[in-house]
Amino acid sequence: MKISTAYENGRLTVRLSGELDHHGARGSMSEVDRLIDHRLPHDLFLDLSGLSFMDSSGIALILRIHKRMRELDGRLWVINPTAQPQRVIDAAGIDRLVPISNGVREVTT
Amino acid sequence: MKYENYIKLEFPARSTNESFARGAIACFAAQLDPTLEELGDIRTAVSEAVTNAIVHAYPDELGRIMIRARILEDNKLELVVRDWGRGIEDINKAMEPMFTTGGAERSGMGFTIMESFMDKLRVKSAPGRGTTVTMLRSIRCKKSLH
Repeated sequence: MKISTAYENGRLTVRLSGELDHHGARGSMSEVDRLIDHRLPHDLFLDLSGLSFMDSSGIALILRIHKRMRELDGRLWVINPTAQPQRVIDAAGIDRLVPISNGVREVTT
Repeated sequence: MKYENYIKLEFPARSTNESFARGAIACFAAQLDPTLEELGDIRTAVSEAVTNAIVHAYPDELGRIMIRARILEDNKLELVVRDWGRGIEDINKAMEPMFTTGGAERSGMGFTIMESFMDKLRVKSAPGRGTTVTMLRSIRCKKSLH
């Protein structure tokens, strides 16, 4: 699991790459928490385009970020999931809580 | 039940083995010539079952996990994920969507995902004696798609 980020005008983009499973998710939540505390963004774009695998650990991560962003009166957007993570998102039904969009371009460094 | 091929894997319940387990089972399943989507579903279901065993079966010890994968007649894949850990007290409760005893790290969606990605899911468990998860998935023959 790798995390890269970009920030501009209250918009924080967090791009995940590699495999997001229970093992990979362990460090990433504290890293994303730290980024949210530091930037206090209005919008967080979670870019999944670099993920080659995601299981329900990714769902836990998305729900946790969603909750944190709501506490800040901000919003989470999940963008560009590849086919396998999209199937997991659909099976979990979290698109009712969090907007999921494809074809969104956000610049990350 | 008549089978055409099988493998058995055993490994300690370390989270580093999650990716190994789903990768190994996907390699074995490849001989059924599955689509990428079917292969993704199999990897995901294995990951969920193995993670459950690592997180819930052995909270205080490093136990062992066994996986048996069999290819049955008519292009069916059967997966058995077994542990000898703490067991599940209330299986129906454990299988409810969003129910978890794993804290904020877990979503409670593991069984829901296994259920939706596999054709059949059976969970047998006894407190103190471990859990056996059996899953069945038919692989569509690619030739019949054309």
